Amino acid sequence: MKPMDILKTAVTNSFRSKLRTSLTILAIFVGAFTLTITNGLGTGISNYIDTQIAAVGSSNAFTVTKTDTSGTPGSGPQKYDPASRRVAAGGRPGSTALVLAQSDLDAIGRISGITGVSPVTRLSPDYIQWAGHDKYQLSVSPLAGATPQLDAGSGLDEAGSQPQLILPSSYVAPLGFAGEAQAVGQDTVIGITDATGKAHTVTARIAGVQQSALLSAGGAFINKALSTALADAQDTGAPAAAKTTWTAATATFAPSSSRQVQDMKSKLAAAGYTAQTLDDRIGTVRTVINGIIGVLDAFAVIALIAAGFGIVNTLLMSVQERTREIGLMKAMGMGSGSVFALFSTEAAFIGFLGSAIGSAAAIGLGTAVSGALARGPLSDLAGLQILAFAPLSVAAVILLVMAIAFLAGTLPAWRAARQNPIDALRYE
Amino acid sequence: MNTPPPDPSEIGFPMPVPILAARDLTKSYGRGPDRFDALKGVSLTIDRGDSVAIVGKSGSGKSTLMHLLALLDTPDGGTIDVDGTEARSLAGRRLNALRNSMFGFVFQQFFLNPSSSVLENVVLPLKIAGVGAKERRARGMAVLEQLELADKAKNKGANLSGGQKQRVVIARALVNNPQVLFADEPTGNLDTATGRIVEDILFGLNRDHGITLITVTHDHDLAARFARRLFIRDGVLIPTDEEHAA
Repeated sequence: MKPMDILKTAVTNSFRSKLRTSLTILAIFVGAFTLTITNGLGTGISNYIDTQIAAVGSSNAFTVTKTDTSGTPGSGPQKYDPASRRVAAGGRPGSTALVLAQSDLDAIGRISGITGVSPVTRLSPDYIQWAGHDKYQLSVSPLAGATPQLDAGSGLDEAGSQPQLILPSSYVAPLGFAGEAQAVGQDTVIGITDATGKAHTVTARIAGVQQSALLSAGGAFINKALSTALADAQDTGAPAAAKTTWTAATATFAPSSSRQVQDMKSKLAAAGYTAQTLDDRIGTVRTVINGIIGVLDAFAVIALIAAGFGIVNTLLMSVQERTREIGLMKAMGMGSGSVFALFSTEAAFIGFLGSAIGSAAAIGLGTAVSGALARGPLSDLAGLQILAFAPLSVAAVILLVMAIAFLAGTLPAWRAARQNPIDALRYE
Repeated sequence: MNTPPPDPSEIGFPMPVPILAARDLTKSYGRGPDRFDALKGVSLTIDRGDSVAIVGKSGSGKSTLMHLLALLDTPDGGTIDVDGTEARSLAGRRLNALRNSMFGFVFQQFFLNPSSSVLENVVLPLKIAGVGAKERRARGMAVLEQLELADKAKNKGANLSGGQKQRVVIARALVNNPQVLFADEPTGNLDTATGRIVEDILFGLNRDHGITLITVTHDHDLAARFARRLFIRDGVLIPTDEEHAA
């Protein structure tokens, strides 16, 4: 029998008992629908995270801190080391962090592959104000090389001497601007208090307005010139030691493969520093989301396995019903292989129908729901399409379902194939 | 009544190879105390163009014998030669191909697919043989034409009378141009008049096309029309029709 004839016959046969086939298809539909939706959720969210990561920082920079070993529980008090200094750190109350000195920065800079080291200065500006309007609190993001997604204006000029900032879009109206376009190019005044309690102001120009994003947390991106100006103002009157110690540093490197990055990380670790890329820091979010998607996928696969038993049942009944027909075809010289192919093709076809319809419905419904969500409850998160359907992953879902259906079809197909024509034709 | 087959050597032809030759066929079903010997050593030869009736009662082993001759089953003992080739030497694909191209089957129960059209039913052996769709259609229509069923080609198998169904079955058996036509009680489900028509078709094929006809029946009136009758009882061939004589 020709493969094309097997396919056609299998398709025709699957429609012989319409109700039975429809119910089986319905069972597969549920599984395929769920799997497509969970997949779409995974694709949608990871697409969004990818754009967010791209928005907040360059991927070729480490945040480096000194590796702190004193936190190990049960290790007892640590011996005092006059070479290390500690400062209070965030996190659990009482926790401290080791500080980096200029010598540390030099040591980090000597690691091969590192192209530049700059200390991360904690800047705590008091307010931002435009043209005598109300003052608003401001926090700044010192992430070097950030490429935030802009609603208006252009990126920061890192090389120039003009202090610049990227204003989060939520500040536009409160500061008194009529619109985002008006804000671009305006000079704002940033207030900052120095170590002695004296207030300073720094004038900064708005280079662009940033789209509201999940990970930016309202901080304004600033360029190097503004960062230096603010740091100078903040450090006025501070003890010299405070000016030359930092809790973290940013180490930049040339674009590298993940292996090279890993290599640099281990070298830094050997030197006593902990280095994290932005991906490392945001990766945990992705891990959690992947975990949730994985659990949802597992439920969908369980539904599909249940549907698989439906296929087994349907086809076993078909084999039973068609005993004589199979016997006749075998008597006419149809090989066992062709009989097996006929029934397993029928199973795969039922799987294809169920999954194609299920995926199509999931894409249709998912796109509508996702669009409604993006306009409604999730409209604050610009660019988030909670469900995104990549053709490749939808095709993978269909293929997976067909594979499950094929597997489910092997038992009935095998029973059909090993049928003896005599048993079918004996009727005395 | 029991005319022996014409001996070819007597009428001046070289001895042809018989189309089917069986020696000492045995076949049992079951094991131990349930063992049932369906055939206990049957030998026969059937020449090309012969018409043979295998006559016997239920349980006599006549259907088992036909299944063995049609290579649908393998004997426990003995050999079958098809056209001079020992069937045991054929396996899998070649056996299937031989069955497909050489034999046609006509059954009492028809075994038509009720949801397919008459034409689709008829061309099933061609489909199995891997013949292309176009040629299938042409050959299917030709054989339906031959059996005066061309107008029914598009009908569903279920919407036919008994006689029409059996003619469709014959058409299906003929579509591959078989050399041997096996029929199992071909008129068993038909009324006398319709049965007569079907008989006439079968004997016409034997007479006009030289197709070897092997029929299993318990109907002595039908058996009487064949050139040869093989009587079988309790798994052995018996020389005369004892039952009928008694």
